[in-house]
Amino acid sequence: MMKLLSLLVLALMLGGCETVAPWERGTLAKPEMQWQTDTMEARLKGQLYNSKEAASGGGGAAGGGCGCN
Amino acid sequence: MSFKRHWLALLLLLLGFSVQAESVKEGQLAPALNLPLLGARADESMSLEALRGKVVYLDFWASWCGPCRLSFPQLEALRQELGPRGFEVLAVNVDEFEDDALAFLDAIPVTYPVVRDADADSPARYGILGMPTGFLLDREGVVKRVHQGYRRSDGEKLRKEIVQLLESTE
Repeated sequence: MMKLLSLLVLALMLGGCETVAPWERGTLAKPEMQWQTDTMEARLKGQLYNSKEAASGGGGAAGGGCGCN
Repeated sequence: MSFKRHWLALLLLLLGFSVQAESVKEGQLAPALNLPLLGARADESMSLEALRGKVVYLDFWASWCGPCRLSFPQLEALRQELGPRGFEVLAVNVDEFEDDALAFLDAIPVTYPVVRDADADSPARYGILGMPTGFLLDREGVVKRVHQGYRRSDGEKLRKEIVQLLESTE
């Protein structure tokens, strides 16, 4: 019974998953939705971080929400 | 019990999926489009059929799309140059708020028609996968090329394709 209940709850949670269509990403593309507020500063920090770590990459996914690159 | 389990697994799978429209591909006839013009002339509408006989670049765009800032001036230049030979651009705006689109056009004005799809029904029917997406149509309305995204160097490639299409049917 407990298993069934947990499966049902899981199923309900899956219903909350939503695919955002490429033309619906206006809100995601807003500056306040970005991980960093200043791109130049973030790049500079990234450069420093990568040189200290002696490794780069894995910082995130490409693109700014427009789904074009 | 086994049946119940299978049923639940199926339910889980179904909930995880969403319906994705099939993209319009090269060689297909472009689906019909009839939308109101953006801005002051919103009472007038523009259809894709009205442009039959011309080589058309159907451009889906939004004000928040970065590469659109590159594509608009280039498309405008192409239209100025090749318009007299039978080339036209039809831009479909899919912004949530019309004001955003109007502000974009204030900054980057164009002379080609810009229509607005407030319900975003046409991008779904065309199955676009990114912004911007452009469909280059020949004079019969058949999709000859699908352009996804936009880079500065795309203008020259696009120009070649348009000229080729114009020349093959002149």
